[in-house]
Amino acid sequence: MAYHSFLLEPISCHAWNKDQTQIALCPNNHDVHIYKKDGTKWTKTHELKEHNGQVTGIDWAPDSNRIVTCGADRNAYVWTLKEGAWKPTLVILRINRAARCVKWSPKENKFAVGSGSRLISICYFEQENDWWVCKHIKKPIRSTILSLDWHPNNVLLAAGSCDFKCRVFSAYIKEVEEKPGPTPWGSKMPFGEMMFESGGSGAAAQTSGGGGGWVHSVCFSHSGNRLAWTSHDSTVSVAEGGKTTTVSSLSSETLPLLCVTFITENSLVAAGHDCYPVLFVYDSAKGSLTFGGKLDVPKQAAQKGISARERFQNLDRRASETQGTDKDLNTLHKNSISQISVLAGGRNQCTKFCTTGMDGGMAIWDVKSLESAMKNLKIV
Amino acid sequence: MSKATLSARFRRVDVDEYDENKFVDEEEGGENQLGPDETEVDSLIRQGNLMEALHAVLKNPPINTKNQNIKDRAEGLVLKVLSAFKSSDIEKGVQSLDKNGVDLLMKYIYKGFERPSENSSAVLLQWHEKALAAGGVGSIVRVLTARKTV
Repeated sequence: MAYHSFLLEPISCHAWNKDQTQIALCPNNHDVHIYKKDGTKWTKTHELKEHNGQVTGIDWAPDSNRIVTCGADRNAYVWTLKEGAWKPTLVILRINRAARCVKWSPKENKFAVGSGSRLISICYFEQENDWWVCKHIKKPIRSTILSLDWHPNNVLLAAGSCDFKCRVFSAYIKEVEEKPGPTPWGSKMPFGEMMFESGGSGAAAQTSGGGGGWVHSVCFSHSGNRLAWTSHDSTVSVAEGGKTTTVSSLSSETLPLLCVTFITENSLVAAGHDCYPVLFVYDSAKGSLTFGGKLDVPKQAAQKGISARERFQNLDRRASETQGTDKDLNTLHKNSISQISVLAGGRNQCTKFCTTGMDGGMAIWDVKSLESAMKNLKIV
Repeated sequence: MSKATLSARFRRVDVDEYDENKFVDEEEGGENQLGPDETEVDSLIRQGNLMEALHAVLKNPPINTKNQNIKDRAEGLVLKVLSAFKSSDIEKGVQSLDKNGVDLLMKYIYKGFERPSENSSAVLLQWHEKALAAGGVGSIVRVLTARKTV
């Protein structure tokens, strides 16, 4: 488990390049900094200064090596590397509120931006006019879009929103692609069609059920047949295409989870305000989601008897003689984890994933060593 | 001395009602939710069967109803059952509930905190401690984020 503290400020968002040697991140201001890996050190190689507001989303297209950033200034820029420098191209999103998240599609011919204007902008490059054009998905979104994720077929897009619902839309752009084949989520996919909505008639009536919370993060599985999302009422849910009337939810005992990703077809890792990643296991046959374990190796505090000097220091500081270890955070991250990304192995056989958080640090987690370190941890 | 002679009634119009982007909660029909059965719960308390009373009072929570009276009655009934428990039995009572039950109990506990009566806070705090051990912080988060309150 490698942990590197980049800054003292929160890392708003991050994105890795194709071979994981460079990371682009936003240090809670208007810029994007690109760091390059130098052995075990990280050196800053570029500063991308163009936004007038906080950069809220970054995505790095692995094959075409383009970076798209979106910010609170209602703009998005596509950056291309020309002669060693990153040059921005403005994309007119036609939104009147801040942009919140951005994602390249799997084929990298379009990207989606979620914003506070209650709509999703799907942007694609128009060859004839040589610039980026966007189309809007508006209905039936009622509030800010907090997170987006593309389906592997390059057409379906999952969106988590502050109106407590997770939806799957079709973002089919006929100018850049062929008609998609049928999927478990549906076969007719005109642009803007809503293929799935959570929490509607699909959810089973529970005594404590109801609206739920803001959907912080959504993630498709590698095959695209499963969709997972985390919500502000401390729940994690998984829906399966084709069986969308039954959504499996788990009310967790932790604080709300802010980000989630699949690491195999049946296992999810999520992290949030509790500062450590957590594993969940989905059983398709039973349609159940269970808690798999806490994925953090706490530092074994050597309790070797406190010296007299330490006793007085503790008395002075805490008015108690003992070390209050339950108040100290013994997790790797010292503040909420806001984003999680798969580094190696893809979403079906992930071997490494990375988390960044509000403590300005980035941690890289190795799945194999986690499995061996924690007993009873089985990643299926 | 000039006084406007035209009507000033427009000043009484609530313009937010006409905002087409206004978020309206989807209200599902909750008129037939009457809350827990008072007679059943009372008889169980008198019999001394407190576990059953706890389960009975947590049935039919008046979540969707707009009738404030039903909600108040339900809260009063829950408080009666919770106060009837002996301190040593509280933990067993909480253990006998499932996840949704613990969440619902937390909702009632916080509702009870809102309007404290003579001894209610002490009893509720004891229950809160045990419910927290069972449901974790997540159950409290669900009380705070729930759009349909009990």
